[in-house]
Amino acid sequence: MTIPENLLYTKDHEWARLDGDKVTMGITDFAQGSLGDITFIDLPKPGAKVEQSKWCATVESVKAASDVYAPFSGEVLKVNTQLTGHPELVNKSAYDAGWFAVVKISDLEEKNKLMNSTQYKEYIQGLSK
Amino acid sequence: MPIQYSGIIDEHNWVRKNSGLFDICHMGEFMVQADLAKANLGNLVTINLEGMPQGACRYGFMLNEQGGIIDDLLVYRIDSAEWMIVVNAAASDGDFAHLKEHLTGAMRIENISQVLGKLDLQGPLSADVLEDLAGPGIKSLKYYTFGYFDILGERIIISRTGYTGEMGYELYMPNNKIPQLWEKLLNDQRVKPIGLGARDTLRLEMGYSLYGQDIDKNTTPLEAGLSNFIDWNKEFIGKGSLLKQKQNGVLRRMICFLADSRRSPRHNYRIIYKDKDVGAVTSGSFSPSLGFGIGMGYVKDEISLGEQIILSENSISINAKVTAKPFYKNGSAKSGEKK
Repeated sequence: MTIPENLLYTKDHEWARLDGDKVTMGITDFAQGSLGDITFIDLPKPGAKVEQSKWCATVESVKAASDVYAPFSGEVLKVNTQLTGHPELVNKSAYDAGWFAVVKISDLEEKNKLMNSTQYKEYIQGLSK
Repeated sequence: MPIQYSGIIDEHNWVRKNSGLFDICHMGEFMVQADLAKANLGNLVTINLEGMPQGACRYGFMLNEQGGIIDDLLVYRIDSAEWMIVVNAAASDGDFAHLKEHLTGAMRIENISQVLGKLDLQGPLSADVLEDLAGPGIKSLKYYTFGYFDILGERIIISRTGYTGEMGYELYMPNNKIPQLWEKLLNDQRVKPIGLGARDTLRLEMGYSLYGQDIDKNTTPLEAGLSNFIDWNKEFIGKGSLLKQKQNGVLRRMICFLADSRRSPRHNYRIIYKDKDVGAVTSGSFSPSLGFGIGMGYVKDEISLGEQIILSENSISINAKVTAKPFYKNGSAKSGEKK
């Protein structure tokens, strides 16, 4: 399982890659592994407002349907339309080709509520105990 | 049996093209010695036992007085007066109690579930795989028949049956030899182990019911659309209730549906037809073979094939159309052909 160092993480297993006042987000390698084969992804629409820790997407696997929560509040600038036809990209490349959306952040301070890679790693180890 | 080994979709596709091995040791098996002229075994199942030749298997039901399904099962005619009944694990104890309570005139009835294990080998390459182990006789087994074969020093029953829609076999081996048989079959490069997840997607693509989910003791075979597994020309427990239901019409009926997207309907999603809530989904999944969501469930009134329905729960809403089963029409179960 990979946990890139330069990203921020939520307790619900979303990752966030900061770039100025923009953030690219997706679900972690741990999340895709637990879900198994991903078969469908319902993404927010560009222009939509999302709120930190609130629903922003749904991921379906053969096993279950799960909600995905926004790591930051803001406005959705663009979404990864590749995922519509190829949701398995999230299984293959959770942090790159499997990104979900880019959001324009409304409050950068919200990053204080997120974990860094070390904290997220410890968090996951705690879950499996 | 784990949910998955290499991944549900990978395992699913492997069974459709190659050969997959399932550990189904949890199933229940009963041996019954009963002469049909003296015992009422025929009364306990919906299958026409008299008409079964030796070496045949049949699918059918054990019903309660209300016509509800106590279990769906397979009957094997071992000899003119000897039968093997294969039942679902969770229902097994209840089935056996029901048999003991209602069966009269039988010489012997024994629950051998604890000593008999079962492996299913399913997929178009299964005949080639098993031929190496059981001999060429395996290839002359016809759909829904069985024979005795020598494997690992045991003489075992192998039937050409299964729960995937593909050509394949069910192997009944004493429990203590199951690990050896499992390993031996997996040594073949054409064979992969298959988990519970793919077992479910494979059976659902065929529109096969899962006991405890699609059918149970509160549903009848008429409601479930399974009346072709009933022999109306004989007496059986529950027949009176079914005849009444036939006359008065059923209060709900099973429909199958195909989503217009990859979204998966799931257990207990509501079924909406013409803006009315008309029922609930019993089984639903993404279909790896079709690339669409599929499922089945009960609705109050008949809905014609091709009609549009919506499957929903909270914010999720999936458009689908009513369709006929099987969803997957290219199964090799009967033809035995490779793909």
